[in-house]
Amino acid sequence: MPTRSVHTQGQLFLAFLRIGLLGFGGGPSMIPLVHAEAVTRHAWMNDEEFGDVLAIGNTLPGPIATKMAGYIGYRVGGVVGCINAVLAVILPCIVAMVLLLGLFTRYRDQRWIQGMSEGVMPVVMIMMAQLTWDFWQKSRAALGWIATLVMGLVAGGLIYWLDVHPGLVIAAILIAALLRPDRSRRARTEADG
Amino acid sequence: MIYWELFLAFFIPNIVGYGGGPAIIPLIENEVVGHYGWMTSQQFAETLALGNTLPSPIATKMAGYIGYEVGGIGGSLIASFATVAPSLLLMLAALGTLYRYRDSIKVKSMSQWVRPVIMVLMAYLTWSFLSEGVASAGWIHTAIIGIAAALMLWRFRLHPVWAVLLGLVYGGLLLG
Repeated sequence: MPTRSVHTQGQLFLAFLRIGLLGFGGGPSMIPLVHAEAVTRHAWMNDEEFGDVLAIGNTLPGPIATKMAGYIGYRVGGVVGCINAVLAVILPCIVAMVLLLGLFTRYRDQRWIQGMSEGVMPVVMIMMAQLTWDFWQKSRAALGWIATLVMGLVAGGLIYWLDVHPGLVIAAILIAALLRPDRSRRARTEADG
Repeated sequence: MIYWELFLAFFIPNIVGYGGGPAIIPLIENEVVGHYGWMTSQQFAETLALGNTLPSPIATKMAGYIGYEVGGIGGSLIASFATVAPSLLLMLAALGTLYRYRDSIKVKSMSQWVRPVIMVLMAYLTWSFLSEGVASAGWIHTAIIGIAAALMLWRFRLHPVWAVLLGLVYGGLLLG
């Protein structure tokens, strides 16, 4: 048995290592890769179970890829499997970040390194603008543009004008969503249908 | 103390950050740059730029790297733990209960209602990167790089790594 469990842990590690290294584009882009490893390649779960785990993962905050890795790792290899799978997904790229940015920081006083740092700022600004736009689009599709704008303005006013911590604003909204009466659920479903 | 601060700085964004990895970025910036002042806005932008060129989730890359910068390997572990563990433990502990509520309108409202707030945080971060860029590189260079990056990402749908490389090369040659 020990050899078998070592073998399983090795498989888990390699599977999630591949997912972590091929998952360009962040968490959500990794879901098909997780599916390919966990369902197609290793048959650790079937399609239906995978869909359920994904749906449940999406009801919780935080990055989706590590939730999937941790859950599948736990099911296949217990607590060790859970830690093993999460580390396999996140560790290689954290090490790469530390090494690359460490190199960058060491030569920070070089003028051309400083120039590179300045040159990358507008690129990040564009990426952030893209994310802002994505969230505007998704929010408008779900809530309509008036609600999105009003909620956005109120939240912005609280956070940037009254200096309320954004975590508090979001927590208040989450609680309001949880307390929303169930009756509107049926009304909403009918309206949507 | 620093470990506790690191834990909080990454725990809070991840526990309220509905909407996946990218939603967490402005919340982390708020803690790391705004609240604790561990990094300048420019350092945060560099981290984000490099993070976007590498695979794997953005939230854990940011946590692992910033944790390392602030508190060494221990800091990196704490920040990664605070990012991954809370929602994962919740998922393992309450799988059955969560399963029953996966289609609930309440759960859907949670992620939908949070989006406008995240959008505002992102818009603000965009603005602060823009003003930072203009202050350090001037508006002409900022406009040239910004428009080129926008064309690459939005029009030609290239991978972010090319836009980041463009910024690095342009900056290294012309802004140094």
